Amino acid sequence: MTLKESDAFSPGKTPHFEVSARESLSDSQLRRNLGKATRTIREKRAAVVGEMPDWEELREAGHALKKRTMRHLDDYLLQLEQSVTQAGGQVHWARDGEEANRIIAEIVRSHDAKEVVKVKSIATDETKLNEHLERKGIRAHETDLAELIIQLAGETSSHILVPAIHKNRAEIRELFMRELGVEDLSDDPPDLTNAARLYLREKFLKAKVGISGANFAVAETGSVCVVESEGNGRMCTTLPPVLVSLMGIEKVIPAWRDFEVFMQLLPRSSTAERMNPYTTFWTGVSEGDGPKEFHLVLLDNGRTEVLADEIGRQSLNCIRCSACLNVCPVYERTGGHAYNSVYPGPIGAILTPQLVGIGKSGSDSLPYASSLCGACYEVCPVKINIPEVLIHLRGKVVRHKQDKGGLKGKLDPENVAMQAMAKTFSDRRLYEGTQRAARIGQWPLARSGAIHRLPGRLAGWTDARDLKPVPDQTFRDWWRSRNGAGTGQ
Amino acid sequence: MRIALFITCFNDTLFPETGKATVEVLERLGIEVDFPVDQTCCGQMHFNTGYQREAIPLVRRFVKVFKDYEAVVAPSGSCVGMVRELYPMAAELTDDRQLLYEVEELAPKVFELSEFLVNKLRVTDVGAYYPHRVTYHPTCHSLRMLKVGDAPPTLLRAVEGIDYVELPESKECCGFGGTFAVKNADTSIAMLGDKLRHVLDTEAEVCCAGDNSCLMHIGGGLKRQRAGVKTVHLAEILAATEERKQP
Repeated sequence: MTLKESDAFSPGKTPHFEVSARESLSDSQLRRNLGKATRTIREKRAAVVGEMPDWEELREAGHALKKRTMRHLDDYLLQLEQSVTQAGGQVHWARDGEEANRIIAEIVRSHDAKEVVKVKSIATDETKLNEHLERKGIRAHETDLAELIIQLAGETSSHILVPAIHKNRAEIRELFMRELGVEDLSDDPPDLTNAARLYLREKFLKAKVGISGANFAVAETGSVCVVESEGNGRMCTTLPPVLVSLMGIEKVIPAWRDFEVFMQLLPRSSTAERMNPYTTFWTGVSEGDGPKEFHLVLLDNGRTEVLADEIGRQSLNCIRCSACLNVCPVYERTGGHAYNSVYPGPIGAILTPQLVGIGKSGSDSLPYASSLCGACYEVCPVKINIPEVLIHLRGKVVRHKQDKGGLKGKLDPENVAMQAMAKTFSDRRLYEGTQRAARIGQWPLARSGAIHRLPGRLAGWTDARDLKPVPDQTFRDWWRSRNGAGTGQ
Repeated sequence: MRIALFITCFNDTLFPETGKATVEVLERLGIEVDFPVDQTCCGQMHFNTGYQREAIPLVRRFVKVFKDYEAVVAPSGSCVGMVRELYPMAAELTDDRQLLYEVEELAPKVFELSEFLVNKLRVTDVGAYYPHRVTYHPTCHSLRMLKVGDAPPTLLRAVEGIDYVELPESKECCGFGGTFAVKNADTSIAMLGDKLRHVLDTEAEVCCAGDNSCLMHIGGGLKRQRAGVKTVHLAEILAATEERKQP
């Protein structure tokens, strides 16, 4: 498996999707692991969603709730700050990842902690918190089983929900034997889990600080919620005396009763479960129960920019269920690492370029990492119209290239071809002339009724596909010959 | 009833037989077909690739050419999808309220051939004869954007002599995706590989769909593999009779 040191959220340029995809597409183990895993979860999801008579109404409700929250995000965030503070927690505002990391490292240092235990959190992956803590001499232990696996392997997540989806049990067994020093381990899942359990239990009991992300935070009550399957998250949020939660500002929900909708939508869409196994809520601090100190760090990191975009802002509605990844024919074949971002798959293809900004070469390729088949939109529990946002972002990428790319942007072969074609299509006579020219111009390429090789960038087509030559008569020529002069002439 | 045929630039130039078949089927059902020759391209390729400023004049042109017709029919799910679902988004990019209004008036009158036949004309048997083993690939835009549902298989099952066979994993994209097929050729081909495997598993002689763009991709792969399976547009199967030359 390739080791990715930097992604769209790290400094420096990231590779284009098509380049990384080429590499992962030829990894037969990855293709097998992913194909099997996504097919299983797809079928399970379809079954548990199918048994809900009001699923479409629930999706509509989730969509409406999120839309309303985004419209009044400023109000709800201030209300959340007030509620958390009233409940004995402390709220910090972080403009970007760097500021968030600084705040969190400072909290950890103020308690003289050299080790922290972590709940699975993509927000902390986005800010590269672990690397930052490492530089400050603090070791962060991932406690989610899959996160632990990839941390031990020195890899990055390839799926929003199941970060180690690209690995099979034989690979995990080898890793545990090597990294945890376990001898005599089988590749039976309970055995593997037990090995991780023994290793982690000690970390839980020793840690002074726990760090989590947040799935939801309720503005009305100040309650923060983590949704997980293993119980390790609950250990992190209840055992250590200090708890720090990093949360993207879009995760706020207005009221406690909104859970009615999200707690039905999320488990069925993500793990295909009717009810989520471990759902932990906490409201500030409670005397004699759980952490004595609670910090909520609210992260912007590009989110207000996304919010300002009328079409793009729906990307913030995401509840990180990852249903869109599991149904995506592109993701299923390339895997998550090809996206070079902590947010892979269809949601990553719209979220990443917006969070880091258009014009950062690598992530500009992400809106194109889709055939626009629409399977993602069909399953999204909060009805994010991902194809619409993809098209919208492609427009932004092209406009950026044309307007800010200088002469290079203007002379880009794709741009030149598109301009020429737009001109052709805007004039019927020019269009008909081009049809004739194509028929004559193709003779060096067409051999025995098929084109086997195209030049330049179009060679991508003929790598594995023949092309049908332009026939002798266009439809309109036929129509004219049939109807005399024809209509509209 | 008089309708306008929206041939699409792709069919006009590369697949004229599909256009002829569409005219034949509609006329057989007593529909008067008009072909406004000023039509060129709906702008889908430009719009979906990000050249949206360049697509706007094509949107205007389409609206001008077709706005006075009672109904517009096209043998392409994706081009109809562009007009019906994405033209409003395109019109929103301009400050032209008149254009948006005209787009919203026109869009619901534009139909993909199979949905026009089954949902609008309420016809399922178009009097076709096609004695071949055929499987059907529902293209993504007709399936998920236009939601044509069972219209195409309903029409195919009614064809005399046909040996219709379901395609496994039919709803999965074939990997065409317009410029995606070239910009992300490797991923596109990986998707195509699985689609071809499913097509071959059906042991059909013909793979049919409502979009020649997807069919060109699937057919291009089949031909390269010398698979001996051909791709034929749905309209051409529906136009086929004992007398007419079989596609």
